[in-house]
Amino acid sequence: MGFAPAVPAARDGGATSVNKKYVLLPKIFLQTMLLSAFTFGGGYVIVPLMQKRFVEKLHWIEHNEMLDFVAIAQSAPGPIAINTSVLVGHRLAGLPGSLSAVLGTVFPPLVILGVLAGVYASFSGNPWVAAAMFGMRAGVAAVILDVAVSLVKNIIKEKSIFSAAVLVLAFAAKFIFGVNILLILAASAAAGLVFSLTREKKKKGGGEA
Amino acid sequence: MIYLRLFWSFVQIGLFSFGGGLAVLPQIQYQAVEVRHWLTLKEFVDLVSLSEMTPGPIAINAATFVGMRQAGILGALASTFGCVLPSLVIVVILAVVYKKFKHLKGFQGALGGLRPAACALIISAGLTVLMVAVFGIDAVPRSLAGAGDFYRRLLEVRIFPLLVLAGATLLLQLKKVNPVLIIASAGVLGILQYALVRAGVFG
Repeated sequence: MGFAPAVPAARDGGATSVNKKYVLLPKIFLQTMLLSAFTFGGGYVIVPLMQKRFVEKLHWIEHNEMLDFVAIAQSAPGPIAINTSVLVGHRLAGLPGSLSAVLGTVFPPLVILGVLAGVYASFSGNPWVAAAMFGMRAGVAAVILDVAVSLVKNIIKEKSIFSAAVLVLAFAAKFIFGVNILLILAASAAAGLVFSLTREKKKKGGGEA
Repeated sequence: MIYLRLFWSFVQIGLFSFGGGLAVLPQIQYQAVEVRHWLTLKEFVDLVSLSEMTPGPIAINAATFVGMRQAGILGALASTFGCVLPSLVIVVILAVVYKKFKHLKGFQGALGGLRPAACALIISAGLTVLMVAVFGIDAVPRSLAGAGDFYRRLLEVRIFPLLVLAGATLLLQLKKVNPVLIIASAGVLGILQYALVRAGVFG
């Protein structure tokens, strides 16, 4: 099997030889680049697409492992697409794998937005372009409004007074009082930590909650 | 030095955006509009429109767009590298220690507080975008407490974007239409409206 495509079985751990690893790097770059190039918009859109490509089509990752990856990607800061790429790359070829995957994911937006940034300055004065952007702003406002409505629905579904309280307080702090967002995030994380710890204590202490 | 400033601002954007997707909007608005003044509010909204219609995560799109405009290709590379660096470091560490981390109550608890807060910040950024789109406001005050002039401007609603917004929101909520299609169609409507105004249809 020496000349077979260097796709590791999903469970061969660190046994992949160094040579195979480096054969894999351009493949990782190519696959993540293709995925990124055809995923429009940001956010979770890319997660099911990654699942399809890496699990079902390429058999690089096992299904359960992919679910773990998505969970980790969501727990860490940063774009989901980048975080998942880091994990998939790391699983396949260690740190060089992570780097190839991130380069692949970043490449299409880097080229496209690089060009658009150059063009934007010279075209934004054109009345027809300005008219299109004027309409698009209303469209994108609707897209964000739609996402915000779904987010609030999810929080309501949780039926957690804590989550609802954090939502309302954080919103008021930012929108009405203009509090620094890093402060808001730090306070919310601390509140979540304290809340979960006290609830844990209550449960252990006799279950009055 | 501009490259370092771009790099550092986008390290912070990458580091403090929890929850993926639009969660990065408040961070971009904070760093690039409010702290550094690299974008006007209108340019920020245009950037979001362009990002939603082109491939790639919004944070990377923003890093490239802002970096390119401030300092050319090297600027774009500096800010994009800054944007992915926290992910690279943190996710690789998490990948190694995740199994232990997963059951740590404190970690889950902190995330439980971050999720609704990230949601609140997205709503706040969304309202800012809405104000730019519908009311043509190019400078939302940092806080709404004591901004009398701002409230007066809210009375100057513009009918056309309001109609587009209402129609698009209905289509998204009820028919689950693809957002890319929504934004593109809204752009076409903008052009049509301009053509009609120019032709004197609206006087």
